[in-house]
Amino acid sequence: MPLPEHTAEIQAYQDTGYDIALKSKGCWTVNSIQNVVESLAGFCQKYKNSTILWDVSAIEEIDSAGMMVFITYYDHLLTNKCSVTLKGITEKHQRLDTLVRQHSVSALEKNTLPFKNYLLSPFHSLGKWVVGLVTELILFMTFFGESSLIFFKSLMHPSRIRYAAIVKNIEQAGIQALPIVALTSFLIGIVITYQGAVQLEKFGANIFIVEMISISVTRELAPLITAIVVAGRTGSSYTAQLGVMKITEEIDAMKTMGFNPHHFLVIPRILALIITLPLLVFFADIIGIFAGMLISEIHLQLSFSEFLHRLQNVLDMKHVWIGIIKAPVFAVLIAMVSCFRGFQVEKNSDSIGRYTTISVVNAIFLVIACDAIFSVILTELGI
Amino acid sequence: MSDPVITVKDIVTQFGDNRVHDGVSLHINKGEIYGLLGGSGSGKSTLLKEMILLLQPQAGDITILGHSVINSTESERDLLRQRWGILFQNGALYSSLTVAENIAISLKEYTDIPMTLINDIVRMKIDMVGLPAHVKDFYPAELSGGMVKRASLARALARDPKLLFLDEPTSGLDPIGAESFDQLILELRAMLDLTVVMVTHDLDSILNTVDRLAVLARKKVAAEGTLTEVCQNPEPDIKAFFGGKRGQARLHQKNLE
Repeated sequence: MPLPEHTAEIQAYQDTGYDIALKSKGCWTVNSIQNVVESLAGFCQKYKNSTILWDVSAIEEIDSAGMMVFITYYDHLLTNKCSVTLKGITEKHQRLDTLVRQHSVSALEKNTLPFKNYLLSPFHSLGKWVVGLVTELILFMTFFGESSLIFFKSLMHPSRIRYAAIVKNIEQAGIQALPIVALTSFLIGIVITYQGAVQLEKFGANIFIVEMISISVTRELAPLITAIVVAGRTGSSYTAQLGVMKITEEIDAMKTMGFNPHHFLVIPRILALIITLPLLVFFADIIGIFAGMLISEIHLQLSFSEFLHRLQNVLDMKHVWIGIIKAPVFAVLIAMVSCFRGFQVEKNSDSIGRYTTISVVNAIFLVIACDAIFSVILTELGI
Repeated sequence: MSDPVITVKDIVTQFGDNRVHDGVSLHINKGEIYGLLGGSGSGKSTLLKEMILLLQPQAGDITILGHSVINSTESERDLLRQRWGILFQNGALYSSLTVAENIAISLKEYTDIPMTLINDIVRMKIDMVGLPAHVKDFYPAELSGGMVKRASLARALARDPKLLFLDEPTSGLDPIGAESFDQLILELRAMLDLTVVMVTHDLDSILNTVDRLAVLARKKVAAEGTLTEVCQNPEPDIKAFFGGKRGQARLHQKNLE
């Protein structure tokens, strides 16, 4: 909001002995100076080789921005070979003039903008992107290697593992996640039962709903959905926690005191998630199948006892095991990526938000990609 | 040097049961560098926050540039906010913007000045606070402590304020950096007709730059005046502040000069 009472003015009038006379008035301050810039530029275009009288006596107030404008156009007139006579300069004006001239960067130094070729710039950015990607990959490999090394070292000295930190992380990542995992897997159970029931009813094959629910939930859906929920919930919090520690220099402090941040921060989080995720997946299995059983009773009139009886016959343990075995792999991926991104946070306010987003996106992508690899391998092996 | 720019009258501030100010009054004249002194917890930073409209005192009044801070409309407050510059203790530069963008932000938001002129002004301010020209594209995280203070000062000076508030300007600087910062404040005051209010407990800074000062102690102003006047004050709190070994050494040195 510009201050309303301030205006800067410049007027042209005729004076004997000069081609043109300019009169400046008002407040030539930062809040009002834009009023005169345009007309001054006009004068500079118009007058070349002229004699000019510039009356500045009516300027009530001038600050460094105003003086800067004055100097810019005064010098511009001089380069146009005009002879400019100034009238009404006070001692204060002169002081400010010296000050601004002393600190202004000359026009020559300003022209240092890099040359930009619009034809080449797409290749430039593509190259930059690829180099960035490769660097990130190498950094992640380094991180993965360092963490693994320390992980195996701590396995050899189990007494050094930070059990208290692991328990705390299990509580945050596991127990507190139970409600949301229960809700999502319940809803997934309902959705696939409804979709399957409609199709199976057409063939009168209602009873096969049991196979459909139990195998798809235990083998694929429960591990995948749980991993995605955990990636969004726990992965983001890991990144944010470590990021804040990086910003407040806690991590530097740990290093100087001889505490390896991988040992103290990363390993407990990875171990906590390795323990928690399979348990959460098993929990999701139960809830998902329960939801299927409920909808089968309502929609297909398949009683609980019939459902459970058939479940015992058709659900091989291997399906449950496959689902549960995937979970620790997902856990390692989620924990590694989110800790890695946390350590990448820089010292400014938006990098936490940026890296948290990246970490969740990366973690979910890796989980899905890994799940696809599992599917292909297990199918090829005929399991 | 006689008309007051800031008048503080009978300020009472209380956080819960903890009364920080109990009738604090002082005045700051045009063109002077005014020091707010006091030990930790004496409420000097709180007083500064009340002056710059970040906190509201429970009672009393503060008048700045003829506007009462306590009973002011929002438009009056906006007017005031455009007339002062503030240097926060840790710089408080916006970390997602470069130094140049930090300095330019208030010019961009509040005036219609063309971009080329803004860039010129930014370059001038950067030079004025003694920073090398190339730092303009740096982010605050890439600057050293002293550079952050200087960049933050350039931001405070962006719109040529008449009033400058400094919160511990020399804290965290090495003695050489602190001295050159003091020198900078003196130069800028002379060049730009600034009135400067600074919260500080750097004795060197006080001796080198401050014209008048107030010592806050026991929830009140224990003494106000020039350094010589304040030093002659027999109050035990003042004695404690200047009477220690460090204070005596500095004062003695000053007298020798």
